[in-house]
Amino acid sequence: MAQFFQVLLSGLSTGSIYALAAIGFVLVWQTAQTVNFAQGEFVMLPAFFVLAGVHVLGLPLWAALLLGLAMAIFVLGFLFKRIIVEPMSKTTGLPLIIATMALSILLKESTKQFYAAEAQPFPSLFPQTTFDIAGAVFSIQDGLNLLVSLAVVVALTLFLDRTKIGRSMQATAQNPGVAEILGIDIKRMTLYTFLINATLAALASFLISPIYLAKFSSGESLGLIAFIAAIVGGFNQIRGALAGGLLIGVLDNLTATYVTAQYRAAVPLILLVVIILFRPEGLLGTSEGRKV
Amino acid sequence: MKHLNTFKSMTLALSLIAASSVVAMAEDTVKLPCVCEMSGPGAVSGSNFHDGAAIAVKEINATGGILGKKIEMDTYDTQSDPQVSRALVQKAIDSGAYAILGTVYSGSTMVNMMVAQQAGVPQMTGAEAPGITQKDNNYIFRTAAGSQKGVPALTPYFKDTLKASKVAVAWVNNDFGKGGHDVFLSEMKKAGISVVADVPSEQGQADFAADVSKIKQAGADAVFVYLNEEESARFLKEVKKQGVTAPLVGEVTLTGQKVIDLSDGTAEGALAHVGLATSSPDPKIGEFVQKFKAAYNRDSDHNGIKGYIAVYAIKYATELVGKVDREALTAKLHGLTLDVTKYPGMILTTGWDDKGELSRESFMTQVKGGKQVVIGTVPAN
Repeated sequence: MAQFFQVLLSGLSTGSIYALAAIGFVLVWQTAQTVNFAQGEFVMLPAFFVLAGVHVLGLPLWAALLLGLAMAIFVLGFLFKRIIVEPMSKTTGLPLIIATMALSILLKESTKQFYAAEAQPFPSLFPQTTFDIAGAVFSIQDGLNLLVSLAVVVALTLFLDRTKIGRSMQATAQNPGVAEILGIDIKRMTLYTFLINATLAALASFLISPIYLAKFSSGESLGLIAFIAAIVGGFNQIRGALAGGLLIGVLDNLTATYVTAQYRAAVPLILLVVIILFRPEGLLGTSEGRKV
Repeated sequence: MKHLNTFKSMTLALSLIAASSVVAMAEDTVKLPCVCEMSGPGAVSGSNFHDGAAIAVKEINATGGILGKKIEMDTYDTQSDPQVSRALVQKAIDSGAYAILGTVYSGSTMVNMMVAQQAGVPQMTGAEAPGITQKDNNYIFRTAAGSQKGVPALTPYFKDTLKASKVAVAWVNNDFGKGGHDVFLSEMKKAGISVVADVPSEQGQADFAADVSKIKQAGADAVFVYLNEEESARFLKEVKKQGVTAPLVGEVTLTGQKVIDLSDGTAEGALAHVGLATSSPDPKIGEFVQKFKAAYNRDSDHNGIKGYIAVYAIKYATELVGKVDREALTAKLHGLTLDVTKYPGMILTTGWDDKGELSRESFMTQVKGGKQVVIGTVPAN
């Protein structure tokens, strides 16, 4: 039983970080009706902003984290929207999707070229203290990863449902034309969404890099898992992304422990196929109809 | 008439190919392309191998090159992908390579060494999977002993020093890992030690909670860790978190400086047998470590030494032959021993058998105070 708790808790902790990245997919989908295939690199890059702050500029960690957050919001939020999304907003979805794929390669290769090809250690934000829960060892970092992710989902849901700006953002996502007629500044609302996505990506980056290590290629697997998590949970629901992330994190660990360690990487893909076959809108998602 | 023209065309083409080969050999440079893992999961190993080789090239060129010819070392990044490495070895050969430096990853070497073999180009690899020198390939030469030689050096340590009766093994599921894993299981069987947990993991795996949990539940007296650098660091962090107290023993990577740097203090106390130790008190190794640090402002791991000696081995063997000739170089390296007192670039006295397998003294190391420390020497076998 102790082993079960161990892998369950560890799976929830890892899954919560997948969820943060998955929420980004959902936000961009709701706003720009596109899939951001650079989302994994959006999670990879802020860690390198922080490392550059510490090692190149000689900043203390807290200042480097603030710098990393600010840079992430500017580059991955503001510039992404202005340089890539806006010029392509009048086309159909495919060119924008391809553009995000190109952006993914650009971010990855630029990090390799200008920082390092090797993995870099990233300082832990939380103490490494551990404690026992029914024989399972749980670290403060694991707990805070989970808590931060849950808090973000709750705060984001409340913000979108209970504030004027949040409702305007939802209206923009659902029908930009009508939203504009109603006097909503849709460009500003869309920008807010991208800034929130960049903030979440930076947060996920700061939480996961002490474990995953900071590496230019780490976004590849993370982006794929987060994408699957978003589909499994429901691509149009923030709480769905959370559920998908947690489910994949836990299933991965349980499979490796009780079924097969050798083929654990296949589990998210099998889950994806099953969900697409039997519940294409995702576990918590809702069906969307489109006029053709 | 048509047949005659075809015959003439073929003769002309063959003559041109032969002439270009002679021209390539007669040029003022000797091409030693480095086909290395400069990015991807193997970037740590590949870039160190490459940078060590680059130091040797610079030194040799500054002192007259090989038989008066300067070495030209182009870099080909395999991205740690075996299929890319295969294509790049072909590209390097097409560019007129005298010999190939790399690759370091066993999975890549297993794939690309056949290309070098078919072209008759000698290849100095940093890979350590046992199978590499068991495929009747005359053109492959190691720069570090294969794991079939390294892992058995640990058996007395498990049996006599740790007095382990139950061990666990955590290994990476690639050619490097499989090779070491199979040798380890065979060694433990011979020593009468039972393997109570056999845990494979994927290359690039980030979450080791389940792996460590299985090892912890198995109650092993010691754990054999056979993972690549980054995975080793993640594994060590999880071991520390879950409070596993059994001694951790590795081969090659576990006590490497990169693992120590990445593992945030959790590598402390870990033990490993290494073919080459940058922490060795040997003055020649110390000299190399300082040169590497001065050149790149970072510490080298054992792969840096592998790259360095690869270039020097080619230089010395070529000079013994007296001409730049691939076949003669290949023949000379088989059965050759380069004594460090006479050939200082080798750093340690090194020999190759008729299969290209390497023989050289090796080291037992432990992480102490955040550094790899040599705690014993294992004679050449």
